[in-house]
Amino acid sequence: MVRYVASDELSDPPPAEHGVRLLNPDGTPRAHPEFDALLDVEDLKSCYGAMLRARHLDDAATTLQRQGELALWIPLRGQEAAQVGSVRAAAPADFLFPSYREHAVAWERGLPPVEVMRLLRGITHGGWDPAAYNLANYALVLATQTLHAVGYALGIQLDAERARSAGPGMAAVATVAAATEGRANIGRPTIGSDPENARGAPARGHPENIVGPPIVGRPTNTVGLPNVGRPTNLGDVLDAAVVVYLGDGAMSQGDANEAFVWAASFNAPVVFFCTNNQWAISTPAARQARVPLAERAAGFGFPGVRVDGNDVVAVHAVTTWALERARAGAGPTLIEAYTYRMGPHTTSDDPTRYQPAEALDRWRALDPIDRVARALAPVCDPGWFDERLAEARATATRLRAQTLALADPPPDAFFDEVLVTETDEGRAQRAAFREYRESFQV
Amino acid sequence: MSMRTLRPAAVPGTIAAPVSPAPAPAAAGAPEHAAAEDAARPVALAKALGAALRDAMAADERIVLLGEDVGRLGGVFRVTDGLQREFGEARVIDSPLSESGIVGAAIGLAMRGYRPVCEIQFDGFVYPAFDQIVTQLSRLRQRSGGALRMPVTIRIPYGGGIGAVEHHSESPEAYFAHTPGLRVLTPSTAADGYLLLRQAVACDDPVIFFEPKRRYWERGPLTPAEDPPLPMERARVTRPGSDVTLLAYGPTVRTCLDAAAAAAAEGRSVEVVDLRSLAPLDWPTMTASLRRTGRAVVVHEAPVVAGLGAEIAARLTEECFYHLEAPVGRVGGYHVPYPPARLEKEYLPDLDRVLDAVDRAFGH
Ligand SMILES: Cc1ncc(C[n+]2csc(CCOP(=O)(O)OP(=O)(O)O)c2C)c(N)n1
Repeated sequence: MVRYVASDELSDPPPAEHGVRLLNPDGTPRAHPEFDALLDVEDLKSCYGAMLRARHLDDAATTLQRQGELALWIPLRGQEAAQVGSVRAAAPADFLFPSYREHAVAWERGLPPVEVMRLLRGITHGGWDPAAYNLANYALVLATQTLHAVGYALGIQLDAERARSAGPGMAAVATVAAATEGRANIGRPTIGSDPENARGAPARGHPENIVGPPIVGRPTNTVGLPNVGRPTNLGDVLDAAVVVYLGDGAMSQGDANEAFVWAASFNAPVVFFCTNNQWAISTPAARQARVPLAERAAGFGFPGVRVDGNDVVAVHAVTTWALERARAGAGPTLIEAYTYRMGPHTTSDDPTRYQPAEALDRWRALDPIDRVARALAPVCDPGWFDERLAEARATATRLRAQTLALADPPPDAFFDEVLVTETDEGRAQRAAFREYRESFQV
Repeated sequence: MSMRTLRPAAVPGTIAAPVSPAPAPAAAGAPEHAAAEDAARPVALAKALGAALRDAMAADERIVLLGEDVGRLGGVFRVTDGLQREFGEARVIDSPLSESGIVGAAIGLAMRGYRPVCEIQFDGFVYPAFDQIVTQLSRLRQRSGGALRMPVTIRIPYGGGIGAVEHHSESPEAYFAHTPGLRVLTPSTAADGYLLLRQAVACDDPVIFFEPKRRYWERGPLTPAEDPPLPMERARVTRPGSDVTLLAYGPTVRTCLDAAAAAAAEGRSVEVVDLRSLAPLDWPTMTASLRRTGRAVVVHEAPVVAGLGAEIAARLTEECFYHLEAPVGRVGGYHVPYPPARLEKEYLPDLDRVLDAVDRAFGH
C-alpha cells in the first residue's frame, strides 16, 4: 500500500527545477505567491483514486503486452499527477488533444479503458469518436496534434465571432486583425474587471517558475490542506478552450514551433501542456533545449510556466488558470510539467541502456501518488486506502478480461472509412479482396 | 509523315505567360468575379476559381480560407482577390508563413465543423505540409473510426511554363494520388475550374486541388460543358477521335488539343480525354476510349518515372490487353529536377513530343 516516508528522506529538487508546487513531497501544503490550490479534500481523494486506478490499469496493460495480448504498451508510470491534474482542470466543453501516452487523460475524460487497448492490440488506429469525449484520437507523429489544437482553437474563436455578428458574411469581423496588429484579444473582449490581471502584471515571487507576465491569484490559505479558491476574476468570452499534450522531445519538432507561432499570432485559446518526463526514448531533455522548456514561450510572446508535474494540486491549479485565461480571450499558455518517466518509453524499450539507476531512485521518492497519500493520511483511515486499492485492482482485472474478450476486426475492415464516400475503385478492391479470400473456402 | 519536323503550336502563347508571382491581368471593365447571370462570357481560369470560392463562401459560412498572402493581396496569382474585403479577415485568413501550420490548422478547424480551403502558394512549397497531408489529413477519418469528416480543400498552383525560378514549376500530383484517403482534382478550363472547385469545397473528403498555373490566364465560359454538370470523379472526352487516345490533365490538356488539331491536318483522328480527377481515376471513361481507338498515350508534365502515366499504362494494359494495337505510351518530364527557365521548353511535353509518341503508337 502506501509507503509513508518522512520528509527528510525525500530528495527534493530545488524550486528552480520543480516549478510551481502546492503540495510538498511529504504531503504538506505549500504556499505559492501566484497560485492557489483549488482542490479540497474531497477533490484530492477523488484524484488519488483516479491516479491509483491509472497506475493499476497501466501495470495491467504492461502485463498484457508481456503476455502477447497487446502489440505494444506505452506506460504512463510517474505521470499520473500531470495527467489527472490537468484533465481535471478542463471543463467538459474544452477540447483535449493527447499525444499517445495520455491514457489517464483519456480515461478521466470518460473513455472506457478498453478503448485504448483496442488501439494497442492492433484492432484500430484510433477508434473513438472525438466529439463524444471532446478528446482527439492519439497522434503518433510527434507534435502534429499541436497544429490541430491551434486550428480547433481558431474554430472556437470563429464560433464566438459568428455568434456576435449577424449574417453569413461576417463582414464586420475584426478578429484576426486585432490579433495580427498586436492588440491582444479577439473581438476585443472585456477581460473581467481588471485587465492587468489577465495580461500585463509582471511576475513576482518566483521568477524561475514563471516566464512572462501572467499573474492571477489570491492570497493562498496555507492552513491544513490547501483551500479551494477561484484564482481569477476573468470572465469567459469563449465557451471553450483547448489543451494539447506534447512531450519534451516533441518540443523540437517544427510543428510544435509553428503551432506556437500560430497560437501567439491569433491569440488562440489553447494551452500547450508539455510533459517534460526528461526522456524522449533515450534522448535526454537537455538535447532538446538549453533553457527550461517553459522559457521557450517568452520568445513566441505568451507566458510559460513550469509546474511540478508530480504535484496534482499544482498541476490542476496552473492548468485551471491557463484555461481560464484562454477562455477569457487572453491567449495561449505553455505549461511545462516537470516530471519523470518511471519506466521504459514503451514495452519495446530497454531504459537500462541509457537511464541512470540513481535518477529512478530519486524520482521514486517523489512518486506523485505517494505524495497525495501522505497528504490524505491525516484525514483518511487505512480502511479508506484499502478500499481505493481494491477498487483500482478490480478495474485492472476488468480491463484484463475485456481486453482478452476483444474480437479481431473483420478481414476487410481496412477498407472502411477511407473516404466518406467510397470510390468505385475502393468498392472494386474490396470485392476483389473478398472474392480472393473466399476462393480458399471449400 | 515527317516525325522530326517541329510543328507550330495551333494556339499561340500556350507556354509564354507572365513570370510568377504576377497579378492576373484584370479584364477591362469586368466585375471582380464573374456573376452567375453572365456565365457564358469568357473569364480567365484564375477568375473562375475566385468566383467559385466567392459563391461557395456566400452559400456556406463555415467555409474559411487560409494561406500566405491570400487576404489583403488576394494571393500571388490573385485567385482570392477581393474575398477578404467581402467576407472579412476572420474568414479569409492571412496565415503565418507556415505550410504545415496551414494544413494542420485546417484539420483542427474541420474538427470544429468548418470547411477550410487552404492555398499553398506554389507547388514546390507543399513539402513542409506533406506530413500533415499524408499522415493526418488523409487518415483522420479512418483513425476516428469514421467519426470525423475532413472537408478540407488544398489548392496548389502547379506545373511549369511560366519562366520561374526553382520550386515554382513542379508537378507533385503523383505523391498525393498515391496516398489513400485523398481526392486529387485538376481542372484544365475555366468552366471546370469553377465546377470542380465548387465540388471540392462541397466534398466531405480532403481534396488536393491542382491548378495549372500557366493556364490561369486562359479564358472560357463559366457555363458547365455538360448539363447536368459532370460529377467530379468523371473524366471527359474533350475531343472525340477514332485513331488514338491522348490522356491528359491540367496544363497538358491544351497541349494535347493542339496536337490533335495538328494531327487532324495530317489525316489522323486523335481523341483527347481530360482526366479531371487523378484520384480516383475514371477507368470506365479511359477504357471505353481505348477500346474505341486501340492506342493511348498519357501526357503529363511530371517525371514519367513512377508517375501517374505508369499507373494508367499498367492498368489499361491489364484491362484492355486484347484491344491494344500498341503499348500505352507515356510522355512527360525527364527524371531530373525541374530545369531552370531557359531550358523548360526542352523539358516540358509539347505538341511535337506528343505527336512523336502518337507516331510511335502507329509504328507497331
Ligand atoms: C515525427 C516523429 N519522429 C519520431 C518518432 C518516434 N518516436 C516516438 S515517441 C518518440 C520520443 C518522443 O519523446 P517525447 O516527445 O519526450 O514524449 P514521451 O515519449 O517521452 O512521452 C520518438 C522519437 C515519432 N513518433 N514521430
